[in-house]
Amino acid sequence: MSHHRLDARGLLCPLPVIRTQNRVVELAPGDTLEIAATDPGALHDIPAWCRVHGHEVVSTARENNEICVVVRVVAT
Amino acid sequence: MPLLDGAAPELFGYHYRPPDVSPISMSVPAAPSVAPVAPAVGAPRRAVALVSGGLDSMLAAKVILEQGIHVEGINFYTGFCVEGHTHAIRREHQLKPKRNNALWVAEQLGIKLHIVDVIEEYKDVVINPKHGYGSNLNPCLDCKGFMVRKAREWMEAHGFDFIITGEVIGQRPMSQRKDTMPVVARESGAFDRLLRPLCAKLLPETLPEREGWVDREKLLDFNGRNRKPQMALAAQYGFVDYAQPAGGCCFLTNEQYSHKLADLWSARGTKQYEFDDIMLLKVGRHLRPRPHFKLIVGRDEGENNFLNGYRKQYMHLNATNHTGPLVLLDGSANDDDLLLAARLTARFGHGRDAAEVEVSVTDIHGAARVVRVAPMPVTEIPEHWYL
Repeated sequence: MSHHRLDARGLLCPLPVIRTQNRVVELAPGDTLEIAATDPGALHDIPAWCRVHGHEVVSTARENNEICVVVRVVAT
Repeated sequence: MPLLDGAAPELFGYHYRPPDVSPISMSVPAAPSVAPVAPAVGAPRRAVALVSGGLDSMLAAKVILEQGIHVEGINFYTGFCVEGHTHAIRREHQLKPKRNNALWVAEQLGIKLHIVDVIEEYKDVVINPKHGYGSNLNPCLDCKGFMVRKAREWMEAHGFDFIITGEVIGQRPMSQRKDTMPVVARESGAFDRLLRPLCAKLLPETLPEREGWVDREKLLDFNGRNRKPQMALAAQYGFVDYAQPAGGCCFLTNEQYSHKLADLWSARGTKQYEFDDIMLLKVGRHLRPRPHFKLIVGRDEGENNFLNGYRKQYMHLNATNHTGPLVLLDGSANDDDLLLAARLTARFGHGRDAAEVEVSVTDIHGAARVVRVAPMPVTEIPEHWYL
């Protein structure tokens, strides 16, 4: 199990979701992916994407204009 | 909040970076694919559903789910999609709850949704549509063929059996007619693996029907622009709060947007675009006072912030002694042009009634100079400057 990071700052939705999706398929169950984004829509869309794919949202945070979502990959 | 490794990128705006992926082959088979391969014992047949986020594709997927088929959704992001970006840009939209409708639909249906970035590949559809444009720069028939072709490639790559769409005969004047539906099936290479559940009874039998994977009798015969059958079916399934884009999901169907895109091609003398170009066409008030330059004027704080992200790519102007818009200048401008641009910048700010406004003119390297100008009276701005 390993921790990975994805920089989706500066991208407008749905691109942060697409980059998250494309990265998650490369990871193993149990791995975590920490996504940094600046589009406020990512705070809603990334968890929604996780729900439909069965991945776990470990945490979400928003500080000033930056959003951080941590996702744990679940075998689906 | 933990910081990312490595150098921080430019964070002042939104810019598209193409993903680092190999291009997917777009070859189209000349005939239907070989006989279907049976799934594992006990496993259901699998369909990939084009999910736009609107009601029709949601209903089509539900009709097939109800027949025991395993359905997963696919959604293509072209860059021209209406939803999403404007939420992030315009202040008024920031007050509304944000949701991606395609993901919302998937969640309601309990299916997976795969969102695919087709920004680069889609350019050819917009620039060279084999079947031409609709009433604006909307290449609807080529677009549908492209999306079904991409879905067909996805289906083949993932071992799915057929494709479903929410198309309804007569719903759209260009892409959803009885005579164009076979065109999409043929040119996408999907042939009879393309099933339109909402109007299937009005079309020839497809492979999933012939093979008995789905019961044709339980498919529908919707026809025309009347939305009542869809709304009744939505009520039957208990769907509420669904999006109703009704053709408004793509900026290319918008007359004003198409006009701005045509102007961009005309001014540059070439029918090409980059992602940032089509983003900027969605934002601000666009004026072309001279053939060799145009101005993009922010209309609120959100748009000003968005345009500010482009200040290293475009010369920009803003009033310094009054609040007002950030204005990007796209093109080349001499000193007279810059004074004109400054007067227009002053016109759209709170100093519009002042005798004189100080306007900062900053080049892409950050070198700024301040000019004092009289705001241009609204009566001196010809209507045709507005794009």
